[in-house]
Amino acid sequence: MAITLTQTAADRVEKFLANRGKGIGLRLGVKTTGCSGMAYTLEFVDEMQPEDTAFESHGVKVIVDPKSLVYIDGTELDFTKEGLNEGFKFNNPNVKDECGCGESFTV
Amino acid sequence: MALLQISEPGMSAAPHQHRLAVGIDLGTTNSLVATVKSGMATVLQDEHGHALLPSVVRYTPDNKVIVGHEAQAQQSADPVNTISSVKRFMGRSLKDIADRAHTPYRFVEHHAHTISPSSLTGDGGSRSSPQPALIQEMGVNPQAHTKLLQLQTRAGAKTPVEISAEILKTLKARAEKSLSGELIGAVITVPAYFDDAQRQATKDAARLAGLNVLRLLNEPTAAAVAYGLDNASEGCFVIYDLGGGTFDISILHLSKGVFEVLATNGDSALGGDDFDHRIYCWVLDKVREASEHFAPLSEEDTRLLLTKARQAKEWLTDNHEAQIVCKLSNGSLVDVTLTAQQLVEITQHLVTKTLVPTRKAMRDAGLSIEDINGVVLVGGATRMPQIRHAVEDYFQQEPLTNLDPDKVVALGAAIQANILAGNKNDDDLLLLDVTPLSLGLETMGGLVEKVIQRNSTLPIARAQEFTTYKDGQTAMSIHVVQGEREQVCDCRSLARFELRGIPPMAAGAARIRVTFTVDADGLLSVSAREQSTGVEAHVEVKPSYGLSEDEITSMLKASFSSAEEDKKARMLAEARVSAGAIISSVTAALAMDGSLITATEKQAIETEIERLKTIADADDAHAINQAVDALNHATEAFAAARMNASVNRALAGKNLEDIKL
Repeated sequence: MAITLTQTAADRVEKFLANRGKGIGLRLGVKTTGCSGMAYTLEFVDEMQPEDTAFESHGVKVIVDPKSLVYIDGTELDFTKEGLNEGFKFNNPNVKDECGCGESFTV
Repeated sequence: MALLQISEPGMSAAPHQHRLAVGIDLGTTNSLVATVKSGMATVLQDEHGHALLPSVVRYTPDNKVIVGHEAQAQQSADPVNTISSVKRFMGRSLKDIADRAHTPYRFVEHHAHTISPSSLTGDGGSRSSPQPALIQEMGVNPQAHTKLLQLQTRAGAKTPVEISAEILKTLKARAEKSLSGELIGAVITVPAYFDDAQRQATKDAARLAGLNVLRLLNEPTAAAVAYGLDNASEGCFVIYDLGGGTFDISILHLSKGVFEVLATNGDSALGGDDFDHRIYCWVLDKVREASEHFAPLSEEDTRLLLTKARQAKEWLTDNHEAQIVCKLSNGSLVDVTLTAQQLVEITQHLVTKTLVPTRKAMRDAGLSIEDINGVVLVGGATRMPQIRHAVEDYFQQEPLTNLDPDKVVALGAAIQANILAGNKNDDDLLLLDVTPLSLGLETMGGLVEKVIQRNSTLPIARAQEFTTYKDGQTAMSIHVVQGEREQVCDCRSLARFELRGIPPMAAGAARIRVTFTVDADGLLSVSAREQSTGVEAHVEVKPSYGLSEDEITSMLKASFSSAEEDKKARMLAEARVSAGAIISSVTAALAMDGSLITATEKQAIETEIERLKTIADADDAHAINQAVDALNHATEAFAAARMNASVNRALAGKNLEDIKL
C-alpha cells in the first residue's frame, strides 16, 4: 500500500512549499484526539525522523510516521473546494466512522 | 468531511480548535479580508469572486443594511443614506471635518463621553485584571469631552464607528464562511498617521462587529510585512500608497524586527479617482471639439463616462491604446481613442503632485535617496506605468511590485494575525511597534521618574516601587507624564490619579508598586498597589493622543538641547527634596525627644535647620547639599541620645531571659 496525492493536491503542496521557502515535503499523520477517536494532522516537514516512511507522489515527498501509517495506509489526499472554503481532504479506506465534521474518525 | 490546511511542523491543531485569524484592510474606498492557509497568505473572496469590498454602507427603506458593490451601485440614487469613505470621519469631531460641504451627508453632533467598548457590546467581561479596590478613571482624555460626529440617515443617527462596524461584519461573515469556523481574532490596519482617537474608534468598530482585535497594525508596516521586509536585519523602507481617493507616503525604519515610523505625509484628496476624472474631462473636451453644441451631461451619463474613463485607464496599464466608446442618453455617440502616451501627458501633474509629500517625508525623516533600501507600492493606482516610472526615477531603484498592490496591506495583516494567533513557531514572532516617548510619573520636587523608556518595543509592562515622603502619609497622588525632559513642567501630562488607604507609616516605609503597561496598540494603563494592604488604584490613558509626529520630534529635540539645563534642575530639585525630608524629620524628632539634649545642643540644631531652609530657597544645589550635611552632623549627638533612649524604653522592666533575639 502507499499514500498518494491527487494531481491537484500535489500542485497545491508544491506551491505552498515554494511560498514557504523551506521544507522537504508533507507529513500526514493521526493524533489520538477528537470527538470520534482520532484526528488527521497535516504539516510541512523540515526534517525526517529515522523511523519515518517516505512516499513520492506527483513529485511531492509524503512522509508518515509508523504509528500513523497503520491507520492511513492507502489514503489518497485530495484538494477540493466546498463553497467558499477550500482545503485538503483525506480519502482514507480504513475509516469506519467519522464525526459529523469529519475532522476525526474511528477505524 | 472537513477540509484541512497544512500546519507548521508540530503545530497541528486539535479538531475544532483551529486558530482562525484574519487580517483586515479597512480602507477608505475598498476593504479586504485575508488569511494564511497552508502557510500562504490569501485574500478571501465573496460568492461572486470579488476580493475587494467597496467601503460603502447603505441603510435601505426596508430597514436593512447593505454593504459593498450593491450599496455602491445605489449611491447616486440615495446619497444621504449611502455612506462611503466613512474612514475619513473615524474618531473625528465636526470641527475636524473641514470639507463636509462636499459630502451629501447630514452631520449631527453627539454630546457624549467616550463610548466604552463594553457598553457597545454589552459584555464587560473582557477586562482581565481583578477589580481594584479603588478605580479612578480621570477625565484626562480630551476625546471624552469632544462632540462626537454622527451622520443622520433614515435608520437614525449613525456614528462612523457603527457604519465601519457594518463593513467589518460583512468581512467577518465572509471569512467565517470561507474558513468554516469562528475567528479567534483579527489584525486590522490603520494609516500610520491615525491618532489615538481614530485608532480607538477603529477598535470600537471591531468590537461592535463582534471581532476580537488581536492588534491594530500600521498600513505601511503591513505592506512591508507582506513583502517579508521584516526578515531583513535592518534598513529604511518607503511605502508609496496611492489608493482610490487618498495618497500616503510612509518611511519606515526597521531594526531588530521592529518597524519604527520615521515620517508620514500624503494628500487626503488625491487618488486613482482623480486620474479617472482627468480622463473624463479630456474625453469631454474632445467631444466638444467635434460638435460645438454639446448639451450638459446628465448625472447618469457622467457616471457612465467616468466608468469608461476608469476602464480605459486600467486597459492602458498593459496596452498602448484604449478606445472609449459609449452612447449617451441624448442619443449622441462618444468615440475617442486615448493612447498611453496621451494619458501620461494629461495626468503628469497628478503624478508630480505625489512627489511633493514624498520629498517632505524624506526631509522629515532626515534621509537621502541612498539611505532607502526598498520601495513598496500599495494601492490599485500604482499599477499605472507612469506612477511606477516616477517612483523609480525619484528613488533611483525599481519598486517592489510582485504582490497585488490592492491586496498587499491585507496580506501583511493576515501574516501578522497568523503569528499572533499562535500558528507559527515562537522564533518568528514579530515585535512591530515602539513607544514614541518615555512614560513616567512625577516624584517629589516636580521631577520625572521614567518607568518605560522611549523606543521600548510593545507590548511592555514595567513596575517600579515608590514610597511615601511624609510620616503617616495615607494617600499618594500619581501623575503620569510623557516626555524626555527631567522636569514635569516640561513634559506632557497624561493622567493623574490617587492611591488612598495607605496605612500610616514612617516616611519611606510604605512600598507602593506602580505598574505601567502599554498594550500592542499603544494604549497605556497605570496601576498602583500598596504592598502590605493590597489597596490599589488604576487608570487607563491614551499616551499619544493628539501628539503629531512633529510634536513628538520637537519634544525629543528639546530634551537633547536642554540636557544640561535639565540635569541642573534635577540636581537642584533632588537637593531640595532631601533638605525638606531632613528638616521635617528633625523637627518631628525635636518635638518628641527634645528633652534628651541640652538647650544649647537644641539651639545649635535649630540654627542649622533655619540655615538650611534659607539655602534651600536659593538655586544652588551644591550649597543645599552642604547644609544638609551640616544639619546631619549637628544632629549626630541627638540621634545617638534618641537611639539610647529608645533602647532603654524597649528594655526597661524586662528580665534578661525575656529578651530573646
